[in-house]
Amino acid sequence: MQLTNRSKQVSNKEMTFSERMYLPAIVGGLRVTFSHMLKKGATVQYPEQVREHSDVFRGQHVLKRDAEGRENCTACGLCAVACPAEAITIVAGERQKGEEHLYREEKYAVEYDINMLRCIFCGLCEEACPKDAIYLTDRIVTSNYERSDFIFHKEDLVEKVALEGRIDISKRKKDK
Amino acid sequence: MILASVITFKLALAAILFVITLGIAAYSTYFERKVAAFMQDRIGPNRAGPLGLLQPIADGVKMIFKEEHRPTGSNRILFILGPSIAMLTALMTSAVIPWSPKFFEIGGQKYALQIADINVGILYIFGVLSLGVYGILIGGWSSNNKYSLLGAVRASSQMISYELAMGLSIIPIILGSESLQMSAIVESQHEVWNIFKYPLGFLIFLICAFAETNRTPFDLPECETELVGGYHTEYTSMKLGFFLFSEYVNMFASSAVISTLFFGGYHFPGMSLLPAGVAVLIGVAVLFAKIIFFIFFFMWIRWTIPRFRYDQLMHLGWQVLMPLAIILVVVYGAIFSFI
Repeated sequence: MQLTNRSKQVSNKEMTFSERMYLPAIVGGLRVTFSHMLKKGATVQYPEQVREHSDVFRGQHVLKRDAEGRENCTACGLCAVACPAEAITIVAGERQKGEEHLYREEKYAVEYDINMLRCIFCGLCEEACPKDAIYLTDRIVTSNYERSDFIFHKEDLVEKVALEGRIDISKRKKDK
Repeated sequence: MILASVITFKLALAAILFVITLGIAAYSTYFERKVAAFMQDRIGPNRAGPLGLLQPIADGVKMIFKEEHRPTGSNRILFILGPSIAMLTALMTSAVIPWSPKFFEIGGQKYALQIADINVGILYIFGVLSLGVYGILIGGWSSNNKYSLLGAVRASSQMISYELAMGLSIIPIILGSESLQMSAIVESQHEVWNIFKYPLGFLIFLICAFAETNRTPFDLPECETELVGGYHTEYTSMKLGFFLFSEYVNMFASSAVISTLFFGGYHFPGMSLLPAGVAVLIGVAVLFAKIIFFIFFFMWIRWTIPRFRYDQLMHLGWQVLMPLAIILVVVYGAIFSFI
């Protein structure tokens, strides 16, 4: 009984003289390899050339600041809850007097760690965030020698205060 | 005085040839990687220097600075002798290749760009080629490793099998040119290149040349899938480098021999129309172009054809190439003796 139509009839017929000589087949093979010499490769010379990303590419995270340079994150923990890989660890703290220029609201993240080895770059943290604080960017998480180096701390994640150090996420911003 | 200048000429020639051989062999490694890359739609080495041209130097430096290692129970003297012989014999072959016609006049006598125009040139090449297997055999045997030994055994039996057919395939050429001298063989191709006279002989010689240089599809002595690294499994550092490098030197020498025996050496169409000096210069360049083409051909084959199985290799050598070569000798012998 035939279950599928994927089976192939094989034959064990004697090879003809020209097939037994192999030389025509070898010449055919040489033609194939030579034709590939003339083809243009698909290589992207990575550090110098960067392959164009889609607008919604999900790469390394950034913690945003607002226009006055204050951190948006209020350590509500919704991103950590939303994270299916449990990659985010937050320690919350209360803003002290005189720190108003650093944090936008009364509560802020003292520590904010993302384990990049656990992260699956799904973007659920970004969707969960009510404060516009975390975004995935088009930057690629680089390789490292130590496992501990893959745990990105707050200083690796928060963008710079200076305007030229800000990371543009306008392409990823959906109308929330 | 004349003798002194002749000796200086020959010594200078030997030194230049030595440097050129090593240079071409070094850049063959670069070329091989580039050819492989292009054939597989990749780019190949391009980081060391412009277009990766400094890659051979980087590779050489890497080889020299790698840790030297000798397996326990290995024979110390033979372990060092192996790669040395491989390199020595590889470099010796090109001594009898004539690089130009007789043109350079020293003391009233004309000399060619040829280190030794001995009257048994072809026999010398075959002798040196068969010595080459001793390097592999000694290296593999002294390593005290079963894989190395197997690789060495394979290499020696392969060499013996293919040497016979190789030797027989050039007998028509010797009959045709009535000489064993390399310069005479090249001169006999002034009108017609030997490839057009002995196409089947060329085919047999070419296949055997692949087997003699241990190149794919005949690289069973260093078959990674079965023998780890073959005869050089236990070699490290520059000793390994010598083995790998001698393969490229051998490739250069084989290409030179093929070009000389079958493709007219320094001859090119329209040579007699040009003034002698220009013709000599172009002739040397043409010979090198032929050699480089054959080096490319070696690589082209390597990245096209998979490796033979060992019984297939033996079958091809003894049951196909040998009878063919014998028939060739009989047929051409009859032609030359009756016509």
